[in-house]
Amino acid sequence: MQLQKIGALLRKEAKLEWRQKFALGGILLYLISTVFVAYLAFDGMIPVQTWNALFWLIMLFAAMNSILKSFMQEHENRHLYYFSLVSAGEFMAAKMIYNAILMLGLGLTGFLVFISFMGNPVVSISLFILNMLLGMIGFAAILSLISAIASRAKNNFTLMAVLGFPLILPLLLLLIRVSSAGLHGASVSEMAADIFIIILLISISIILSMILFPYIWRD
Amino acid sequence: MQVLRKNWWKFLGILLILWVIIGGFLFEVPDLPVIRQSIRNIYFHVGMWFGMIFILFAGVVFSIRYLLTNNPEDDIKAFAAVRTGLLFGALGLLTGMFWAKFTWGAFWVNDPKLNGAAVGMLTYLAYIVLRSSVEDQDKRARLAAVYNVFAFVLFFVFIMILPRTASASIHPGVDGNPALATGDLAPGMRIVFYPAIAGWFIMAWWLFTILFRTEKLAARINDLTENKNIHHG
Repeated sequence: MQLQKIGALLRKEAKLEWRQKFALGGILLYLISTVFVAYLAFDGMIPVQTWNALFWLIMLFAAMNSILKSFMQEHENRHLYYFSLVSAGEFMAAKMIYNAILMLGLGLTGFLVFISFMGNPVVSISLFILNMLLGMIGFAAILSLISAIASRAKNNFTLMAVLGFPLILPLLLLLIRVSSAGLHGASVSEMAADIFIIILLISISIILSMILFPYIWRD
Repeated sequence: MQVLRKNWWKFLGILLILWVIIGGFLFEVPDLPVIRQSIRNIYFHVGMWFGMIFILFAGVVFSIRYLLTNNPEDDIKAFAAVRTGLLFGALGLLTGMFWAKFTWGAFWVNDPKLNGAAVGMLTYLAYIVLRSSVEDQDKRARLAAVYNVFAFVLFFVFIMILPRTASASIHPGVDGNPALATGDLAPGMRIVFYPAIAGWFIMAWWLFTILFRTEKLAARINDLTENKNIHHG
């Protein structure tokens, strides 16, 4: 595995994203409109628990939408071309790193959009942000492989959702729990055990994705 | 005699399950508050859940073997194992729901262990959906195997770790092995419980072999008809 090649792939992803701005803009618009719909539907004041659940649901769907396209935006023949240039591990590492960066941006933007519409009830901001950043990385770690499978199966969002939701649920439940603690003012050290498990889940997903991806890449 | 020598384990399975049904319903059990006679369900509910884990584990071994060898038979085996696991999981859920109704007062309670079981069912139903959405046999086998390995590991991390960190679970077995810890089970119940585990394991394996054989035949019929069409075309 060569870092140079991963770097080149990352640059390629970023350039591609920049040239098709509609994809990034689409995700942003998706985020703003869902938050706005929630804002109108809940009509102002909402309880903290609901705030938390809504935040994570919106982030999950936004993450699914943007990771879904990571293997589908390029034609299959071009994958054949990449296959001759880089190893499967390098390719998958680049995809996951790129998705993670994208997700981190999405998370921070989402948080800003969310608090501007729904108010900011977060008490322990450091725990909340840490948990959110870990969560977004986790979404990227788990959903990248699922996206690869779904794109190989030439199926769309349905298959991605069907395959992804059960697998993302453990992580999501943990995130919601830690985030809820953050909303109520718990400190990072109080939730250390949960954060450790989140990191463990992310590591397992990354390792498995790296091991398994080569088997679905070659056709 | 030939039949017996080849299939002795099936007869053993039948005897064990008969023993479990007779002993499970008739033998004396401790009459504890709330749980009362419903404790007899342990022979079925826990046994089926163990059977499911056993056969799903076998399934993931077949999936790994498929990825390493590309032998289509391993793929068919993994598929058969997952379907057996789904049946045992559904039975485990059903027996659990009745048990819950009579001890906790509702068919479903919001508990990390129960939710974990539900998520597991969804995961493996998704496996079936994935298989049915890919036409090409070779590709289907590879995608399914990859998903099976990924899902199995994440699912087991979920059911092993999460309930232990969650605030409280109403479901017994916080230390991991419900009913296997010797202190938990009355001595009189052990003579039914251990055979029950073995019996459900055998039943799971037996069902798996039947599903595997039918699936293999179906695949062969499919191959033959396809070849015929090619010749005519």
